[in-house]
Parts: sequence; structure tokens; C-alpha cells
Amino acid sequence: MAYTEKVMEYFRNPKNMGRIDNPDGVGKVGNKLCGDVMWIYIKMGKDEVIEDVKFETFGCAAAIATSSVVTELAKGKKIDEALKITNKDVVNFLGGLPPIKKHCSLLAEEGLQAAIEDYKKKKSASQT
Amino acid sequence: MIYLDHNATTYCDPEVVKEMLPYFTEKFYNPSSVYTPSQEAKDSIETSREKVAKLLGCHSSEIIFTAGGSESINMAIIGTAYALKNKGNHIITSKIEHHAVLHTCKFLEELGFEVSYIGVDKYGFVDIEQLEKSITPKTILISIMYANNEIGTIQPIEEISKIAKNKGVLFHTDAVQVVGKIPFSVKNIGADMLSLSAHKFYGPKGIGSLYIKKGLRIKPLIHGGGQERNLRAGTENVPAIVGMGKACELAEKNMEKDSAAEKELRDMLEKNLLEKIPEILINGHTEKRLYNTSNVGVKYVEGEGMLLNLDFEGICASSGSACTSGSLDPSHVLLAIGVSPEDAHGSLRFSFGRKNTRQEVEKVAEVLPPIVQKLRQMSPFWNKK
Repeated sequence: MAYTEKVMEYFRNPKNMGRIDNPDGVGKVGNKLCGDVMWIYIKMGKDEVIEDVKFETFGCAAAIATSSVVTELAKGKKIDEALKITNKDVVNFLGGLPPIKKHCSLLAEEGLQAAIEDYKKKKSASQT
Repeated sequence: MIYLDHNATTYCDPEVVKEMLPYFTEKFYNPSSVYTPSQEAKDSIETSREKVAKLLGCHSSEIIFTAGGSESINMAIIGTAYALKNKGNHIITSKIEHHAVLHTCKFLEELGFEVSYIGVDKYGFVDIEQLEKSITPKTILISIMYANNEIGTIQPIEEISKIAKNKGVLFHTDAVQVVGKIPFSVKNIGADMLSLSAHKFYGPKGIGSLYIKKGLRIKPLIHGGGQERNLRAGTENVPAIVGMGKACELAEKNMEKDSAAEKELRDMLEKNLLEKIPEILINGHTEKRLYNTSNVGVKYVEGEGMLLNLDFEGICASSGSACTSGSLDPSHVLLAIGVSPEDAHGSLRFSFGRKNTRQEVEKVAEVLPPIVQKLRQMSPFWNKK
């Protein structure tokens, strides 16, 4: 498997790994059967800023590296900015992914978006 | 470096290499030419053929040299299908065959042949009853592997062969993982055809053989010159053939000693891992499997991550994970024995060879538990307490 050095670096030393207790939003994406599952947790700060973001991932090196990268890209961003993060940003950050692993970067994008959607849903539910 | 992937390939024995080398340089001649040096090259092929035949317990005229295990298997299956297409169009195989068999059968299905894929039990043993029931008057071939490359399960091959014989159906076995590991005689197991590959038992890559029982006629796949009794055209790969012959000779000498030593190491590794890592299991049958093979199911983690971490420690192993196979599906063998897809993604295969040591096993047993621990910490399915 031809991974870039950056992928290997993030696989070996992923950032933001773990769980957030009482998160404001959780995105659970992927499928066990396919061997890739990603859970993204977010904790919101003031002014719709993502104060903290963590991940738990069952998957290959690419899945772990993309999880780590998407959390780093999202941390400290306002949610409308965070929603603009795409799988391409993740792939570019890692200096590329093998074609068969592109779905991992999509999963990272979808995981973050799902966590933000979860937060929005909870927020509107609490306001009504 | 700790190499525990001998079912993928072995190193070439230095004695094999030594025997091969002159055939690249001073003994380079085409065996089909008439001058004296060519005759010597031809003789060396025949000497090798006798060595292969001796290891398999057959006559040398029953051995065809091919470019490897996959070619042998293709030749046996497609060659039989072409030869017997007027007699029938049905082939029986199992769900846990190597892709060389499965994809060859898929190819024949595209051409209009029908294939029955027989299931296996949780150990990987072929469902004999289902196999027997699947035989029809149109059945021309049964192809069942001798031992599985991933989990090591050894089939009751004589029993299957007998069933085929009683029904008048040809029987081929993919013995790629068995030849050079376990002594047997093709006559005793009663196979009509048997495939083997040299690089699985310390021979060179790119060379294999197909045993074809005397009197049996199948069609060639590669057409051209009259080499290999008109069954496999192309100038013979003399160095590789010579190397394969030597590898067979060495296998006969070493098999018994190797098997005892490798089994001990394999069992030692399994015992250590089972003690040190919670929620793991050994896939396949405990006894009736290749003595060098261990397939470890590790729950809640994915195989590729474990393999890469092992690689950082200089340990080479393999996995049934989709990520290592170039597809998105996990091992068809593990799925066939009833392992769930998510657990199949988390399997590791260690396959031992002649040079492995106790120190190496100790190292793996020391290194793997923290790797699993680290990946489980990342996994959403691992219950962190």
C-alpha cells in the first residue's frame, strides 16, 4: 500500500483521538461490514465555534489518518466554516491517498458534517 | 527482520540458488536444440522432473512444468473444461479456494460453464454431503484445495477424491500450500491432477508443476512449440526448473524436522497471544491444519493497522482485512467459515518457516499486545474501562 509519509505519520501519532464526555454533537458514519467506522465528537464553545473535536475510528491506516486530519482542520472553526471542509482538503493535507482509500476521506468529511448536524438538531430541539 | 509470512512466499534456499546459477550463464542453452550443450540442458530438466515426481510419488512423465501455481491451476481447470466440454459443463469447487481457482471458475462461468461452490463448516472443512449431492451427469471436474492458505485447514482429500472416482468425475487438488510441508503421495490421495508451486517451499518464483495422471488428456492453455509433451509451449525456464527440482529434493530431506520445529513455534505464539490479549481467537481447526499456519482473529480492530504497526517493529505478517487485498471485501475464507465481516477485517495470519526462532516468537508476543491495545483505544467498539 503506497501511503504518503504524512499518512503514516498521522496513523502512528493521531491527534484528537478519543471520546468527549457529554458532547454537543456526535457523527457516526461508516459501515462495520466494509471495515471502516468513524465516530466524530464535537464540543461547542462561544459564537458557534468548535472548541474541541475528537474521533474514534475502526479502520485502516487511511481511516485513522483522515479522522485525525479532519478533527484538526475543524478545531477552532465556526461551524459554517467547518461545514465547508471537504474530503479534498483532507486528501490534500495528507499529500494524497491511494485511489482505493479515497472513501476514507469522504467518511471524514461526512463524519464531521454529521456531528455538526447532530449539534444543530439538538440545539433547535432545546430551543423549541 | 522477523518474517512470518511463509504461506505468501519463502526465501529461496541458498543451495537452490547455487544449483540454478550456472543455467543463467554457461549452461544457458535452449533445451530444444540439437547440439550437445542443449542436450545437457534437456537432461537437467528431466532430472528435475524426476525429483518433483519423487516428492509427489508419481512417474516423471506425469509432471508438467508451468510458470507457477496459478498457471497450473488454470491449466487443470480450463484444460479439463475444454477437453470435456462435450461431455458436460459442470464444475464443483469450494467457497474457500484460492482466487486462482475461484476466478478461473468465474471465467468459465462467463463462457457458459456452471459451477457449484460448496460451503464449509466453521473449521473450513468442505461439506462432503453437499459436494456429493451436487454431482450431476454433467459434472466434469471437482477441484478442492488440499490445505487452505489462510487458515491452514487440511481437507479429507482422500475421501473427496474417492467420491469423485466413484462418480467417474475427474478430481484436481490445489496442493500449493501442502507440497514441501507435508509428505504425501498423489497415488495414495488418488488425485487426477494436482497443482504445486516452488516458491512456497524454498524454491524460486515463476515455476510450478501440474501433475496429470497417466492417460488423462487435457487441453493446453499456451500454444506454440512442442515443449512439455505439447501441453505447455515456450522455451523451458531451465534455471527455475532446476531450482524447483533442488527444492523438492531438500523438502524431502527437511520436511519432518521442519514440521516439528515450526509447529512448536506456532503453538507457542498462539499460547502467548491467547494469554496476553483479551478477546482474540484462533480461526480454523486446532489439529487438522497446516503446522506452520496461525490465523488469529482480533476483535474490534482492523487488520491493516496491526500489520503496519508490526511492520514498524520489523515483523512481516498478513491479514484477511480488505485493505490488504486491494478490494473492499474481507477474506472470503473467513466469511465462509462464518466469521462476521467486521471480525474478518481484524484477522492476522502468521505463517512460519524453517529459519524462525523462539526469540522471534517472544518478540511478536511482546510487541503485538500493545499494538492491539493502542488500536482498540481508537476503536468505537472497544469498551474502554
